[in-house]
Amino acid sequence: MSFFEIKDLIFKAGDKKILDGLSITTGHSEIHALLGTNGTGKSTLAYLIMGCEGYKPVSGEIIFDGKVVNDLKIHERAHLGITMAWQEPVRFEGISVKDYITLKNKDANPSHYLEMAGLHPAFYLQRMVDKSLSGGERKRIELASILALNPKLAVLDEPDSGIDMLSTQDIINVINAFKKNGSAVLLITHREEIALIADKASQLCGGKIVCSGSPGKVAEYYKSRQCLVCRDEVCAYV
Amino acid sequence: MSEIDNLIKAVAEAGGDKGILANSDIAHLAVNEHKILSANKVEGIEVEAKETLTGIEAKVIVLEGMKIKNPVHLCFGVLHKRGTQEIKMDVRLEKNASASFIAHCIFPNAENVRHIMDAVVEIGEGAEMRYSETHYHGMHGGVEVIPKAVVKVGKNGRYFTDFNLTTGRVGRLEIDYSVTADENAVTELTARVFGHANDDIHIKEKVVLAGRNSRSIIKTRVAIEDDAQAEVIGITEGCAEGARGHVDCMEIIKDKAVAKAIPIVYVTNPLAKVTHEAAIGSVDKKQMETLMAHGLSPEEAVDVIVKGILR
Ligand SMILES: Nc1ncnc2c1ncn2[C@@H]1O[C@H](COP(=O)(O)OP(=O)(O)OP(=O)(O)O)[C@@H](O)[C@H]1O
Ligand SMILES: [Mg+2]
Repeated sequence: MSFFEIKDLIFKAGDKKILDGLSITTGHSEIHALLGTNGTGKSTLAYLIMGCEGYKPVSGEIIFDGKVVNDLKIHERAHLGITMAWQEPVRFEGISVKDYITLKNKDANPSHYLEMAGLHPAFYLQRMVDKSLSGGERKRIELASILALNPKLAVLDEPDSGIDMLSTQDIINVINAFKKNGSAVLLITHREEIALIADKASQLCGGKIVCSGSPGKVAEYYKSRQCLVCRDEVCAYV
Repeated sequence: MSEIDNLIKAVAEAGGDKGILANSDIAHLAVNEHKILSANKVEGIEVEAKETLTGIEAKVIVLEGMKIKNPVHLCFGVLHKRGTQEIKMDVRLEKNASASFIAHCIFPNAENVRHIMDAVVEIGEGAEMRYSETHYHGMHGGVEVIPKAVVKVGKNGRYFTDFNLTTGRVGRLEIDYSVTADENAVTELTARVFGHANDDIHIKEKVVLAGRNSRSIIKTRVAIEDDAQAEVIGITEGCAEGARGHVDCMEIIKDKAVAKAIPIVYVTNPLAKVTHEAAIGSVDKKQMETLMAHGLSPEEAVDVIVKGILR
């Protein structure tokens, strides 16, 4: 059995079926890239994995390290080693970057993690994680903070969005750092060059995984637009 | 132990620096109930203080052009369980003077204590005043704090205040600040209060932007839990061309606490602009979920968020 596995997950928001029998697996220290057009349910999947309020599957199982975690609360999942970086991380008043990175892991060296995320510690440690940070800065700080947690599984929801083109390598370095630390990564991205660093990739469409395999192969399939015709139906490629 | 030693000890226990009253480079005024225990002046400041039946009266003048390097420390304590302390302050900063004041208000054993502050402040042209007041209350809740200030900020003047009551029970708090800002003047009023049990919090802050291009921010952060109540009134009047005001109120409530925010925005000049935002409610869900995804329990997450907004 895989270290992390989602089996036949169905999720509805109101009457709208968003995930329709989704299955996916990720091994130890494996980076699994998840591709999909806007609105296909990638972030929804991330919230379901983390156990956010209002994200309870209709059916299906989320299995982490051999244990079904469907009924666990967010922090209980976090204690097992699951964490996530949000597509749009929230801001906090009155919490410094330094305190934020060491919230749970007091022994972490915040400078080290900021550097990993391509930020100069001297400029950021004393800043607040509030509205004064730019979008890209906030995203990098979120990545630094969850890297400091040494998670077993990190769900990264578009870690590259809002990051300038010249800094793609910074983001690639962080993602690889998770792997090096032994974390499994579910990497949600729209950028091919980021997806290509993964060990494997999957494309989400119509609430299901419609294509899985090497990142190169999946990216090609994705770009070929074969799947876009079936947005709301089951993809013929499965 | 003498009264002054007791006050110094209480300041230190509240996290203050006990060396301050002994430092001759730092101006201070230390009062317990209605007794002046110690005072020190530095060059550029004139202080006249006298005891009254129920408190003290002080007149402070920062002389023209004088920039006072070290903050002036004011210690107001009522160390007994009961007592009334009425402070009358008349503060004047002359043209281009600048000074900052740090007030420690210490009522660690209060069961029935009233602390009334009545201040008249005049900030001259180009002068700058910073005033930070921090309260240390005990856990009985028997304190009544009634600070009132009428402030005039002159042309190009700057006025910043910061009121903090986040340690111990609030008791009953009734802030009433009123500021009039002249041309190009800048005013920032900040209050942070954490209420528990049946604490009763009333904050009323008003800024009249009377002069051209005057600017102001009224920022209030309140967290309340148990049966505490809070009412925050932030009033800004924009009366002159180019005046810019903003009212920013955030109240976080837990348990059965009840919060009210009343922003009043009043604009009489079409070239003035005043904005307000008020957020009242329980702790932000996404903030909670983010911290829980970092492994914090829900209780720890609330604690971190509340401490953050009160910081
Ligand atoms: N509470 C809800 N009610 C109705 N529809 C919802 C709700 N929450 C999400 N959706 C819909 O579910 C779909 C999936 O949303 P999700 O945010 O997961 O997409 P995504 O794949 O992450 O897209 P993007 O690439 O734009 O980030 C969208 O069509 C969205 O509008
Ligand atoms: Mg998304």
